[in-house]
Amino acid sequence: MIALEELLDRIVGLDRRELARWVENRWVLPERRNETWIFHEIDVARVELILEIRREFAIDDETLPLVLGLLDQVYDLRRQLGRLCDALAVQPPEVQAAVKRVLPDGSRG
Amino acid sequence: MAAQTLYEVLGVKPDASAEEIRKVYRQLAKQFHPDLNPGKPAAEERFKAVSAAYDLLSDPEKRARYDRGEIDESGAERPPRSYYRGYAEGAEGRKYQPEGEMDLGDLEDLFAAFGSAGRGRRGRGGEGFKARGGDRFFTLTVDFIEAATGAKKRLSLAPEEWLDVTIPPGINDGQVLRLRGKGGAGLGGGPAGDALIEVHVAPHPLFRRDGDDIQVDLPVSLAEVVLGARVTVPTVTGPVTMTIPKGSDTGSQLRLRGKGIQRKKSPGDQYVTLKVVVGPSGDPELTEFLEKWAPRHPFDPRQGMPA
Repeated sequence: MIALEELLDRIVGLDRRELARWVENRWVLPERRNETWIFHEIDVARVELILEIRREFAIDDETLPLVLGLLDQVYDLRRQLGRLCDALAVQPPEVQAAVKRVLPDGSRG
Repeated sequence: MAAQTLYEVLGVKPDASAEEIRKVYRQLAKQFHPDLNPGKPAAEERFKAVSAAYDLLSDPEKRARYDRGEIDESGAERPPRSYYRGYAEGAEGRKYQPEGEMDLGDLEDLFAAFGSAGRGRRGRGGEGFKARGGDRFFTLTVDFIEAATGAKKRLSLAPEEWLDVTIPPGINDGQVLRLRGKGGAGLGGGPAGDALIEVHVAPHPLFRRDGDDIQVDLPVSLAEVVLGARVTVPTVTGPVTMTIPKGSDTGSQLRLRGKGIQRKKSPGDQYVTLKVVVGPSGDPELTEFLEKWAPRHPFDPRQGMPA
């Protein structure tokens, strides 16, 4: 995890005021500590993602919450799916086979 | 990471030409050479920084990679960018879970959320998936003296992560060191991968390597070769005193035993080649002496040369 100043140093083209607005909008959730912000690795990656979405894909502030909201939902689903798969992976082979049998074929319809 | 860019270390503009960089480097190397600044650790630090900066910037390919931000000041690969997805799917991703969504804390809830009836779970068992972690690749630049004597270096990978690397004496430019188990973590209890470190050796303004021996050119005065002298000579383990025998000549080679590559069992030697330097011309006494001097044993220094 890194402090605000270090983050501004590390990410080229990141504007301090812009970042402050993102935090205010709760698009990024750094940890508040001693009057400054501490960014965990996930926050740093998210800042880079937002920067890229805005710059490369020309998504403006109106649309950005929609994009982030959808992304957050997708990742939430993937996280839950991941847990389910982890749980399946430690089941005995016959259980895994049984699950495979009853899984409707949803691939590439 | 570093407080200064390599361009700032050398004091040149980022668009400086290769020629310009070489000129500045030579000047700084002379100014801060540790052997010319004994007892001034700051000069040695500066010299190391300058040599390392020049080593990287003088290589057009590395300089381009540095300019693109692919490698850092030490020439080490920058840690590859971590994408958001790498975190979002892990437990820490819950932080950005959409507000108002139900937290599927339990499989039962998960089944419920997708409209299936929850069913009892069977006991755990079965063999987990095991895999060895991936290898990680880095590059590291050491200076000539570190390569000759061996050194311990610390390679930063991330703000809180580093690798301690032992450089064996006599390492060659481009040699790859393997640190077992220092690569990516294994999966499901599998062994970790290895860290592979490609080591580059920065050139030195005085020392040249010749196998396990080191070659140095030593400027000496006319009086020193004619009359003999005791002089101080830089070596990779620090300056030593050496005797120039009376009647030496330019090109004479003297050996400093054991002052070459510091291999533990049998260190190499340092060979010192004398280069007579007459010095600024116009010393009136020397001129006068040579004008009057009629050698009793004249010789032709070019007698062996074909006409």
